[in-house]
Amino acid sequence: MKFTLSWLKEHLDTDADAATIGQRLTAIGLEVESIADPGAALKDFIVGEVVTAEKHPNADKLRLCSVSDGKDSLQIVCGAPNARAGIKVVLARPGTTIPASGDVLKLGTIRGVESRGMMCSARELLLGEDHDGIIELKAGAKVGAPVVAALVDAGLLANDPLFDVSITPNRGDAASVYGIARDLAASGLGKLKTDKVQPVAGKFPAPKKITLDFTPENKDACPIFAGRLIRGVKNGPAPKWVQDKLKSVGMKSISALVDATNLISQDRGRPLHVFDADKLSGNLHARMAKDHEQVLALDEKTYVLDSETIVIADDSFARGIAGVMGGMDTGSFEDTKNVFIESAWFDPARIARAGRKQGIISDARYRFERGVDPQFVLPGLELCTQYILEWCGGEASDVVIAGTLPPPHKPILFDTALVESFGGIKVPRERIIGILQVLGFVVEDHGDLHVVPPSWRHDVDGPADLVEEVVRIHGLADVPSVALARSSAVAAPVLSKSQRRSRTARRALATRGFNECVTFSFIARDQAKLFGGGDDARQLSNPIASDLDALRPSVLPSLLAAASRNAARGFSNLQLFEIGAAFDSGVPEAQKTVAAAIRTGNAERHWQKGGEASGLFAVKADLLAALEAITGAPMSAPITQGAPGWYHPGRSGAISMGPKVIALFGELHPKVLAAFDLKVPAAGFEIFLDAIPDTKSKGKAKPLFAPSPYQAIERDFAFVVDAKVAAGEIVKAVKLADRTLIDTVSVFDVYEGKGVPEGQKSVAVAVRIQPKDATLTDGEIEALAQKIVAAALKLGATLRS
Amino acid sequence: MSDIAALQSEILAAVAGAADEAALEAVRVAALGKKGSVSALLATMGKLSPDERKVQGPKFNGLKDAVTDAIAARKAQLGDAALDARLESEKLDVTLPGRPENSGTVHPISQVLEEVVAIFADLGFGVAEGPDVELDDYNFTKLNIPPDHPARQMQDTFYVAPQVDGASHVLRTHTSPVQVRTMLKNKPPIRIISPGRTYRVDSDATHSPMFHQVEALVVDEGIHLGHLKWTVEQFCKAFFEIDQIELRARPSFFPFTEPSLEWDMRCDRSVPGKITFGTGNDWLELGGSGMVHRKVLENCGIDSSKYQGFAFGFGLDRMAMLKYGMPDIRSFFESDLRWLKHYGFAALDIPTLDGGLSR
Repeated sequence: MKFTLSWLKEHLDTDADAATIGQRLTAIGLEVESIADPGAALKDFIVGEVVTAEKHPNADKLRLCSVSDGKDSLQIVCGAPNARAGIKVVLARPGTTIPASGDVLKLGTIRGVESRGMMCSARELLLGEDHDGIIELKAGAKVGAPVVAALVDAGLLANDPLFDVSITPNRGDAASVYGIARDLAASGLGKLKTDKVQPVAGKFPAPKKITLDFTPENKDACPIFAGRLIRGVKNGPAPKWVQDKLKSVGMKSISALVDATNLISQDRGRPLHVFDADKLSGNLHARMAKDHEQVLALDEKTYVLDSETIVIADDSFARGIAGVMGGMDTGSFEDTKNVFIESAWFDPARIARAGRKQGIISDARYRFERGVDPQFVLPGLELCTQYILEWCGGEASDVVIAGTLPPPHKPILFDTALVESFGGIKVPRERIIGILQVLGFVVEDHGDLHVVPPSWRHDVDGPADLVEEVVRIHGLADVPSVALARSSAVAAPVLSKSQRRSRTARRALATRGFNECVTFSFIARDQAKLFGGGDDARQLSNPIASDLDALRPSVLPSLLAAASRNAARGFSNLQLFEIGAAFDSGVPEAQKTVAAAIRTGNAERHWQKGGEASGLFAVKADLLAALEAITGAPMSAPITQGAPGWYHPGRSGAISMGPKVIALFGELHPKVLAAFDLKVPAAGFEIFLDAIPDTKSKGKAKPLFAPSPYQAIERDFAFVVDAKVAAGEIVKAVKLADRTLIDTVSVFDVYEGKGVPEGQKSVAVAVRIQPKDATLTDGEIEALAQKIVAAALKLGATLRS
Repeated sequence: MSDIAALQSEILAAVAGAADEAALEAVRVAALGKKGSVSALLATMGKLSPDERKVQGPKFNGLKDAVTDAIAARKAQLGDAALDARLESEKLDVTLPGRPENSGTVHPISQVLEEVVAIFADLGFGVAEGPDVELDDYNFTKLNIPPDHPARQMQDTFYVAPQVDGASHVLRTHTSPVQVRTMLKNKPPIRIISPGRTYRVDSDATHSPMFHQVEALVVDEGIHLGHLKWTVEQFCKAFFEIDQIELRARPSFFPFTEPSLEWDMRCDRSVPGKITFGTGNDWLELGGSGMVHRKVLENCGIDSSKYQGFAFGFGLDRMAMLKYGMPDIRSFFESDLRWLKHYGFAALDIPTLDGGLSR
């Protein structure tokens, strides 16, 4: 919503300057986006006076002037033909920015003579096209003073600040200059001074009738529709002051007839429509559109309507989308002779729906969907009549009205104590009543107040709204801050278990050298398909881009895409992770929180050699470290071979706890890497944080520390076994050979090749034996070794000789 | 007995002259070995008379001790020299790089969220979460935004394709549906913050189709606008870690709050590319807030005649940008390694109230 200070002052009697008005507007909820001050760019220019003007010694067309800045005389070289002694000029001194060029003026030497400033033309100051000579100010201009006042005085600068105010959707009443003035006046800044609109008497009966053709369920779509005919108008350009006024707020002047409605819309918030009466067949009707009924609108587009849209029709066709946009065929143009003015009130919700459905943004829709003042239906019509008669001539008919004004708003029962108990500020009762009254509310005091909102306020329907009105006018800044009571003296922990898990996983992975990413939850459908997604249920109906159209089934594709982008910048060796959402379907319950990470690239080259590529065991170590951090205990859950199709089928695995898979890991499938254009190895993992079962709390105390006094011993065993037998199986079997004595079993060598039969491998394990009650004798150790060998034999593993 | 003295000086000279451990061993054997010169001299003791023995005995032993000590001392000396030589030969070029290790980082969004949680946890706020794919009812209708309300245009919504059952869900446009879920599930008193990803169909220099919000909700008896003001002020002061912060509340509109207010922070932007808080003539928008609308409370099964509440919401990305001087929201989600390392936080820089939210 744009308006100039002078326009505002047509409705508001105030001496306040633009900055004060701006602050007040924001303070009462009409947020000022900007105040453009046309004089701001000229604040460094001053009034100068040419004392002498001689011919330049080295140039015929230049003059050497002595110009007074009020204190000193400056020598200035000037090429303007009108530069002469005695005139007052616009003086720029070195350091001043010239608006037209944007350059900062410097001391100069022109044809061998020093010039210590510049006298400016209108064009140089962006005040017009005149560049034939320098500006001559009025003789009374004060030498040395800032030039803005003198420019206004000379009629060269309209010193009229332009406000741009953002109107919230509830405040349709403020979508006009008058409405803004009304709110400012209510806040105590100035007095509203607009006169009542005087009706124009009709000279003849209206030749057209208006009907409201609604079924009972749509009766509230358009409760009132008024109009009148004006015959014998001559359309043409609107008067210059109207054109200037519209231009001052960035609106286009089109023709007198159209400008009249646009001016009233901007000035009074009352949208109107002017039909070319000769193009209407028969009478006018407000009704719901028929399904698939078409209208060619003023934007030259044809809209296909439905039965929930209100239209203004004549006896033949729908001629406009009511409250949204008029029709092309019946609009007013250059040759229009007889016009019919429409002024009606439409149901905001239906206008909003129609506008949204048709995708039309118009000034009429903007106001109608926010709610206009029904009481101004008739004054608006009269004002428009006055303008048209004044600007275009002609003769007005009587006014015809169909329907009646909607009933006044219902009274709200208001306990004034609510201002303090809800609004947090003590305001005297009389002041509360005063604020409401000045805002146009009708207040009756029956102990509790009965408050009827004014016709222009559709957003006030309960006591909380009234508190808001009182607080915003009284001053939000004055509401004292009050501390919330502490719910416990020492703050209690607040994170849920899953929130702690995410946090721990994040810090654990960052500690291991991973860089955290946050990526979009939507990816390309083709990529989603590679990870088990990409189905219809996970598509977005209105994606922002065609490659961001699918809810991601996994976090890995986002990370691989990130890796690919980084590789393109020359960074291939990466450790990336993200903790975020993945989606099993397109419903709220189908979301899971996943910690996913990838390693990409070859082993970093190092002078000592021996680094590790981005392979299975690198990410397995990362995964187990993260899981240990999350669960707070070494990971003992079983690991099984194989993972879903986006992993390498032979180099991937899964970890389960109870019935649930809690993590997947492995090298990524070469086809997946190719799809992301990644040319280096990559491996990764996914932890399904919600799937990890809660550990049962056994109290805070840890079990008693009871170390064995007997020294542990370590024995190595090398088994030869079928190559297909998993090392984990052997470890498990060995461990179970004696649950009390065997502490740990770890694989320290795996060998296939010379010395081991084809199809078999050698697996060497170190077994740590921890005696509990007494030092083991040689015989006991030997017996234990036999048990271990026997356990391994069950898997077909024999002791390597 | 100049014989003994001569022998001693002869042996000690040999000890001193031994160039390495082998030579020293040879000197030892020659002196103290079974057939050594000192051993031979000691062997003559037995032939002496008791009186002579009294005189000569200490001298003989003195010789033996002197030789033994000299050999031990020389041995230690040679050992040190050998070790020095070995260490010298083991010298490495310390300017060669150590084992390469990547230094991990935490994303600014995560870091800033932990800062926010630390502040609110101290005020007794829990952390509530909800799904990104949300019911239209929770995202809009229960929040007093009926279909066709102009307020729906304030938030350009992403819609998920219709499901098999015909239901059509949205990507939440704010984290307010988490408030709805919380109120439906819990009875007052309620104090929560709801952080998370949010989505709007919007992409330009200052907007990203995905961004993050954190909202706070308090519902209890006797809660009023003054509590809201205090909480926002305390939070901003703690978060920005500046005392001289200046906030401004101005009336605004949100369908789910009444009264509604927006918050601005005083700042100075007169130097291009730099923002200073608490001074200057500019105001920077922080976020929206208000008293929870009676209809919202009732939609969520809370008796609005008994309970009052307030809510406010800020953009988490925006807070991070303001506090840490990050210019472009879109770069948050691009995962450029250079950006991650530049703006990311060290793994062990965990924000706490006792240690400080930031370095």
